[in-house]
Amino acid sequence: MFGDFTSKGGFIQNLPKIYGIYTGGFVVFIGLMAIAEQMGVKEDTIGLMFVGFTLFIYALIGWLSRTMQLDAYYVAGRQVPTVFNGMATAADWMSGASFVAMAGGIYMSGHPYLAFVVGWTGGYVLVAVLMAPYLRKFGCYTVPDFIGTRYGGNVARLCAVLVLVVASFTYVTAQINATGTIASRALLIPFGVGIWIGLAGILLCSMLGGMRAVTWTQVAQYIVLIIAYLVPVIWMSNKQGFGAIPQLVYGDAVQRIAELELLHQVGVLKPAAAQAGMSALVVKHNAPADTFVANWQFVTLVACMMIGTASLPHILMRYFTTPSVRAARASVAWSLFFIFLLYFTAPALATFTKLQVLDPNLATSVIGKSLSEVNAMQWVQKWSQVGFLKVIDANGDGIVQINEFFMRADIVVLATPEIAGLPYVISGLVAAGGMAAAMSTADGLLLAIANALSHDLYYKIIDPRADVKRRLIVARVLLIVIGALGAFVASFRLTGILGAVAWAFDFAMSGLFFPLVLGIWWKRATAAGAIAGMLGGLGAGTWYLYMVYTNSMAPWWGMDHLRFGIVGAAVSLVLTVVVSLLTPAPDKATQDMVDEVRIPKGDTILGSTH
Amino acid sequence: MGTEASNRLEHWRRTRNLMVVHMVIWFIFSYLVHWFATDLNAAKFMGFPLGFYFAAQGSLVVFVVQLFIFSWQQHKIDVECGMAEQE
Repeated sequence: MFGDFTSKGGFIQNLPKIYGIYTGGFVVFIGLMAIAEQMGVKEDTIGLMFVGFTLFIYALIGWLSRTMQLDAYYVAGRQVPTVFNGMATAADWMSGASFVAMAGGIYMSGHPYLAFVVGWTGGYVLVAVLMAPYLRKFGCYTVPDFIGTRYGGNVARLCAVLVLVVASFTYVTAQINATGTIASRALLIPFGVGIWIGLAGILLCSMLGGMRAVTWTQVAQYIVLIIAYLVPVIWMSNKQGFGAIPQLVYGDAVQRIAELELLHQVGVLKPAAAQAGMSALVVKHNAPADTFVANWQFVTLVACMMIGTASLPHILMRYFTTPSVRAARASVAWSLFFIFLLYFTAPALATFTKLQVLDPNLATSVIGKSLSEVNAMQWVQKWSQVGFLKVIDANGDGIVQINEFFMRADIVVLATPEIAGLPYVISGLVAAGGMAAAMSTADGLLLAIANALSHDLYYKIIDPRADVKRRLIVARVLLIVIGALGAFVASFRLTGILGAVAWAFDFAMSGLFFPLVLGIWWKRATAAGAIAGMLGGLGAGTWYLYMVYTNSMAPWWGMDHLRFGIVGAAVSLVLTVVVSLLTPAPDKATQDMVDEVRIPKGDTILGSTH
Repeated sequence: MGTEASNRLEHWRRTRNLMVVHMVIWFIFSYLVHWFATDLNAAKFMGFPLGFYFAAQGSLVVFVVQLFIFSWQQHKIDVECGMAEQE
């Protein structure tokens, strides 16, 4: 059985072979689809096959990994090897936003948007140096489990659950939204139905096997998403003569774009009228901040994404699954390596796509061509129909200028294969990749919420005498309820994917970062301090978000609603330290416990089943 | 090798120092280089304007390499102070 660590023959030893065969099988599947396309199978059918086939594989892995054991359900039996945990974390981490929105954001906003690229990678330095190895030594099932045991008492535990739920639920609605969007387009069903089909897929991956099932599906999803991201970029850059590793050599393209921006008057020409959800290119590709406030905005966004990374429970709990403290540390390094593969490709993709659109020497160019020529392009027609793109000849000269070509940022990833004239099979692959990215993150988040509620709220606080069977049934019921709630909220499409994702980071850092770090690095931190830090931080952050988002107050030093975590975390730090110093130091047992957490050797603080 | 208590003190002292070193590197490549991106763009690296390169790739490379080195350094400290896990 998949994930059965007790069976002889060694499932863990066979992992490279199993995933090697899986990867080979997926490549063969892509080949079959390419042949089918040549034989005249319709584009819609190919898209449907890609999404349907991968969904089926994930569900199969989820079913094979089913378990009725506590430590398998909560921490995958703590036997996930370093490199595989790295891949699972990378899939857990890279959401629909990373996959679909990031390259498009860089395309539209240029250098300031690179704050996300830096912020969503550098956070792992904090995870490795300050958090992960110590939490692994602690032996907790969930992040509130650490807070509850280190500080003692149900109040601290409950506060941690509260922050976790607020942050993760904000995030998961965005992921279910993305899953539904992709499913509806690939399976040719309405968005409202797509959301529930997506949710069914997500639950199949996680419900029966908990963390164990999520781990092995996330590895499978990482393989799909990274192939889907890299293949189109490398193919496209090869067509333009940039070689096999385009990420290293697109410097010339960046400089060429700077010349073309002068030619097309980027930043000079402004759109005559705004188009809802779409924008024209008005920002230069490489124009870094030149004022204090703009620099401050860059570094505060970086800080929010990084500190948020190190506070998000669905990421931290991945390091509870490694066999040792040493493995947890190495696993963070591998996670970042696998994430890096996608993140250093996104700016390259944005640059190549922009070159395709702007450079009049390329057949694919759009800007500067006649209106009739542009409207005859197949990809322009196709994406105009679904409302992703609009060409408006505002000055009526029959030529498409830079301020007359509107698109949604997501199109950069989704339409790249078509812009560059690649076969449709690549578009199907990209849809499967986007689906894998959104599903894997949604899985991790749902599990983080359900586990905190079932372990910390139900078992630790409400019914400490519940037996294993009852606990695992409660965990699963919660998973379904929270998933349904997430899908219900997602069906209203309240915020854009990116807005909700950034908020999740801000919520997490406002409430959890300092109580977690100080719990490990400062013995003097007390329960009262941690509670004040969690509630005060979350409260202050939420207040600032409300004031700025509703325009009731001007942002401080340009810190808009994406950066409210700075305010929350600052309040959290001050409150945790001041209130800790005002209350009596923790008792000797607690201080000894902190000492034990700081060294790798010896037993975990909490038993393997608790 | 000293006593268990002195080994623990030494282990934590070296662990803390290592943490500080890596936090300084992290700070430089997370914030400092990007604050001066406009100035750095005057220089070229592998065909890239340097300020753009750091934000799109350079800082990321530093973080990845840094974490593998950190992982190796911290294990070395654990072993030398007798605090490593039994494997």
